[in-house]
Amino acid sequence: MSRVRVLVGTAKGAFILSADGARRDWSVAGPHFGGWEVYHVKGSPADPERLYASQSKGWFGQVIQRSDDGGATWEPIGNQFTYEGTPGTHQFYDGTPRPWSFTRVWHFEPAHTDADVVFAGVEDAALFRSDDAGATWRELSGLREQDTGAAWSPGAGGMCLHTILLDPAGAAPQLVAVSAAGVFRSDDGGGAWRPANHGLHSEYLPSPDAEVGHCVHHLAVHPDRPQVIFMQKHWDVMRSDDGGGSWREVSGDLPSDFGFVVEVHAHEPDTVYVIPITSDSEHYPPGGCLRVYRSRSGGNEWEPLGSGLPQRDCYVNVLRDALALDRLEPCGLYFGTTGGTVYTSADEGASWRPILANLPRVLSVEVQTLP
Amino acid sequence: MIRVVLPAQLRALACGGAEVVLPDGVEATQRGVIDSLEATYPALRGTIRDPQTGRRRPFLRFYADEADVSHEDPDGPLPPAIASGREPFIVLGAIAGG
Repeated sequence: MSRVRVLVGTAKGAFILSADGARRDWSVAGPHFGGWEVYHVKGSPADPERLYASQSKGWFGQVIQRSDDGGATWEPIGNQFTYEGTPGTHQFYDGTPRPWSFTRVWHFEPAHTDADVVFAGVEDAALFRSDDAGATWRELSGLREQDTGAAWSPGAGGMCLHTILLDPAGAAPQLVAVSAAGVFRSDDGGGAWRPANHGLHSEYLPSPDAEVGHCVHHLAVHPDRPQVIFMQKHWDVMRSDDGGGSWREVSGDLPSDFGFVVEVHAHEPDTVYVIPITSDSEHYPPGGCLRVYRSRSGGNEWEPLGSGLPQRDCYVNVLRDALALDRLEPCGLYFGTTGGTVYTSADEGASWRPILANLPRVLSVEVQTLP
Repeated sequence: MIRVVLPAQLRALACGGAEVVLPDGVEATQRGVIDSLEATYPALRGTIRDPQTGRRRPFLRFYADEADVSHEDPDGPLPPAIASGREPFIVLGAIAGG
């Protein structure tokens, strides 16, 4: 029987939750790296026992940990993230120029076929590659150095590169998203990049249709349909049918089109999930009622899924990397809240129950579907 | 023999002990101590000093023989009590609470 391993990063450590394919009875390991912020934990598709964890703390900077036994033991690996050349400046919140400076790793994206290749999205926004399983890192500087880099500015959480979508072979980065700069596309394996924000409209920009400056919160794609990309932007749920060449809004009948997460069903490329949040100043579900919304039509028509979730007095948020789907049949979903609960659905979102509550603020959730 | 006391959050990266003893021959300066500490425990690289600037991270303090030497010359001599091992060189995280 298949099994699942859920990798949870929190504000005070990482947790690993394991279950068989029924997804009813869970074992919990952790906290790993207790007391440290763990922004992201992710496994290698090429070697599922290989995990990467981003461990950081304002006092002590960035530590990167790797496990080669599914999280039973960990080893600190390379934590040197040096920008190529003279980094120059980006814009600070007040529009003044600010030198690029590394703060932390937000996201790992291991290659699908080579277990030693992994990409990292960092703050201040840049993309790094390791070819030796994280021992050393080098910047793919064409992203930061393309024409618009000096105009990028941070969102409230920092100027982070938080989403990395690989090419259909799973070998190289093709689309990345930066808050608050937007989406960028490479067609040469990560060397040269260009903005891919046509169709995005952000009222908080002096020019709402600007080439860059959009606060993209997350991207999602189904591997069988790589040209179709879904986006949760600061406001607006968006869809591209041409690999990011242009975007159209598919928020439709959502109660709020503000939010952080978006993911695609493992087996149905037109089934998409989001978790609406009230507004950019009220980071909790509309009406204090926590609901996942599902579209089976690739957007615009959305149905609420709240069975088993708190339907009153709930004022948590779900951060951008905190929703994940397994590949079992039926597809399972997992998300973690800033209130420290990890919820799961083993029936494509129809019903939910908590796996674990009273964790620290959940920063990320990933799931591995294992044989 | 120079002794170093680490903050709790860094001890797991240095094999778990609150206090570590550096190899003989370490230069009794801040830079000499931290260089040796990082060489002995590579996982500590970047956690005490910013890897880009080489400067002490701002939320950390260095104490030596009951004095805060955080702002002293990193190449200046540490007190004899540190050089002899009578007192430990203390790396301290700024307190946080509320």
